Amino acid sequence: MLYFSKFRIIFIISISLLFIFIASSNILKFSNSLLNKKINLGLDLQGGSYLLLEIDNTPVIEQKLQNFTISLRNYFKDKDIRINNIKLDNQKILFSTDQKNKQFILETFTDEESELNPYYPRFKSHQLEIFEENNFFIVNYSRQGLIELKTSSQDQALEIVRRRIDEIGTNEPNILKRGNDRILVELPGLDDPMRIKSLLGKTANLTFRFVTNNAEDSFGAEKLEYEDESEEAMVSKRIILSGENLLDAQPRMDSETNETVVTFTLDRVGAKRFGKATSTGIGKQLAIVLDGKIISAPVIRDTIASGSGQISGGFTFQSATDLALLLRSGALPAPLNIIEERTVGPDLGQDSINAGLIALIIGFFLVILFIFVKYKIFGLITNLALILNLLFLVGILTIFEATLTLPGIAGIILTVGMAVDANVLIFERIKEELKSERNNLIAFDSGYTKSRTAILDANITTLLAAIILFFMGSGPIKGFSLTLGIGIFTTLFSVYFIARLLTALYVSKNKEKGNLI
Amino acid sequence: MIAFNKYYNRFNILSISLVTISLLLLIFKGLNFGIDFKGGTLIELRSNDQKITTSSLRDNLSQMNLGDVSVKNFGNKTDFLIKFENNSNKNVIEEIKLSLDKSFGNNFSFRRVEKVGPKVSSELLKSGVIAISVALTLMLIYIWIRFEWQFSLGAILALFHDVIVTLGLFSLLGLEINLSIVAAVLTIVGYSMNDTVVIYDRVRENLRKYSDIKIFELTNTSINETLSRTLITSITTLLALLSIFFFGGEILKGFSLAMIFGVIFGTYSSIYIANPILVRLNVSQKTVLREESKN
Repeated sequence: MLYFSKFRIIFIISISLLFIFIASSNILKFSNSLLNKKINLGLDLQGGSYLLLEIDNTPVIEQKLQNFTISLRNYFKDKDIRINNIKLDNQKILFSTDQKNKQFILETFTDEESELNPYYPRFKSHQLEIFEENNFFIVNYSRQGLIELKTSSQDQALEIVRRRIDEIGTNEPNILKRGNDRILVELPGLDDPMRIKSLLGKTANLTFRFVTNNAEDSFGAEKLEYEDESEEAMVSKRIILSGENLLDAQPRMDSETNETVVTFTLDRVGAKRFGKATSTGIGKQLAIVLDGKIISAPVIRDTIASGSGQISGGFTFQSATDLALLLRSGALPAPLNIIEERTVGPDLGQDSINAGLIALIIGFFLVILFIFVKYKIFGLITNLALILNLLFLVGILTIFEATLTLPGIAGIILTVGMAVDANVLIFERIKEELKSERNNLIAFDSGYTKSRTAILDANITTLLAAIILFFMGSGPIKGFSLTLGIGIFTTLFSVYFIARLLTALYVSKNKEKGNLI
Repeated sequence: MIAFNKYYNRFNILSISLVTISLLLLIFKGLNFGIDFKGGTLIELRSNDQKITTSSLRDNLSQMNLGDVSVKNFGNKTDFLIKFENNSNKNVIEEIKLSLDKSFGNNFSFRRVEKVGPKVSSELLKSGVIAISVALTLMLIYIWIRFEWQFSLGAILALFHDVIVTLGLFSLLGLEINLSIVAAVLTIVGYSMNDTVVIYDRVRENLRKYSDIKIFELTNTSINETLSRTLITSITTLLALLSIFFFGGEILKGFSLAMIFGVIFGTYSSIYIANPILVRLNVSQKTVLREESKN
């Protein structure tokens, strides 16, 4: 255990130098891009905002099923089959039919070639499930159909969220999918997420619809509130224009009224429709509806054929800017709810870094002092290995550009405390061996050999705990398990290569000396 | 040589009562779950006006219809920690900001805001429980492969003792359980195992060496032989943890405290639980040799 070949010594020294070099790139600047790597600071250290959003897919499901009832009715109408009592209840379609058609309908739904109900051969499942209860057919989304729907609405939502955040221009946002109905947003350096939260909280579903004034015509209309909750109006359900027809939207100051407005430009289809509606509807009120609330309902005075217009609604400059931003970036497929939020201000982050570093330095110093007092020259060797261990740990974190969190710093400090364990086990064993063995070389050698199983056992148990934490834990805890886990490997390396090499060199020079340790 | 074995019985009674008291505390008093596991909102504030106190803050917040609000100093007199349960108001943080600015002037900076919804908190609790259970199971499997069943039983009992008593102490002192405490408990699991395994390794080695020494004596010899290692490692680990506790900032206090308890209990249990079990199960040289001839 004490013999090192020249080749090995060179290998150990070069590895150590390499890591010292890499670890130092966190402080020094290297022009080489390979070396110019840095440990990332977690949001808890650099300050920033972490938002977990959940997509509420209920409206999407209901809308899709609503649309499906129409295609269902038309499909069977073409085949001369009457569908009765069709209705939508709690994300299920219910309908009944004559006894003789039942078999045909069931087959239509369960046929793998079905036009009505798409089949996913990969999952051996249809989009929709059908079953019969009390002479009623019940149709709802299958498990796979629901997953398909959620994934697609998550993809869309992610794109919209990204566009909205990019428009605000925060630095290096992290936008990630979580599960199939969640989106994780990390915004480093942002200490007041209020504006982003309010922007992400809006679906931004914009529609232009006529206001219908006669109460009898209530069939195709619904009662909507104004945004300021002052009034209500009956608005037709027929959509003339929607946000999809918008090419651009910008906040502007109207020079005539001295009011902040949002101007918009329509695409070709939108411009055509808008022109037609404004020519046939002169004198009528056109309601501009955002997320089920009327922003304003101006009276149409002229035909607008240019394909552009403006929305006024008592905006401040900020609210006009936000509305324009929302309209530019498009509507979310479904509402988003913020289900978890963690925001750390930059000064607390800096305080945490300082406290973590002070704790690290003091902890390190105390451990080093204790070990030196206890083992003298071998204490020095252990301490040197410990310092290199720390540099290796920092170096590995740097190579992978890992994220360091406050618990991560705690993991490093804990590693310092536990790292000496292996050397202590070895030295204590050597002491025992020296009681019965005169030859220093043999005693040291067997000390290393005999302590090996205990050291491995001890480190495997800690490693197991770290691995579980890494896979089960979230955010900051992951940071802790990362440093703790990597720390185990760097500890073993520094103990078995560096400390052992130094011990070997020292012992071979002092073979004859008594009371070595 | 210290005669640790003289006190096996006495300390076993102590351990059993500690575990019993802890379990009773956990059942009847329960744990003080933080917002990570219970849901709710946490706000850390710093004021630059010395005159603002917890009670004046509490008075102001109690008018805001937030439900049960707790206001505490956090580390020093100008830092405050406000906690309240989930409510349906989405803009609650902005409203608190406005209300505080109105009543106290612009004297606060919001250093940290955490809001955990009911769904997320129950998921975090579930994954915390799963993580600890998986860790215990994996340790069990590892130790079962590695040692004879008598040793496995001893190590696992020591492990459960450490986790239960640490949590019991948290219950007794009403300290908050959050995500970092789960990390601490898992690390304690690793540490406790580590400590026990080192002594057990020595017991096994000695069992092979000496056929004529009774297990009662043999455990004592083994404890003494590994004692300096046990103490030195515990001391360096405690030095590191104490340094986190005193200098690492308020956020890491709970974590480091749990770890400090865990290391102390872990050291104790590796001597006074792990070893008496071997004595009670009458482990002898045959136990080790039989297992080896099987392999």
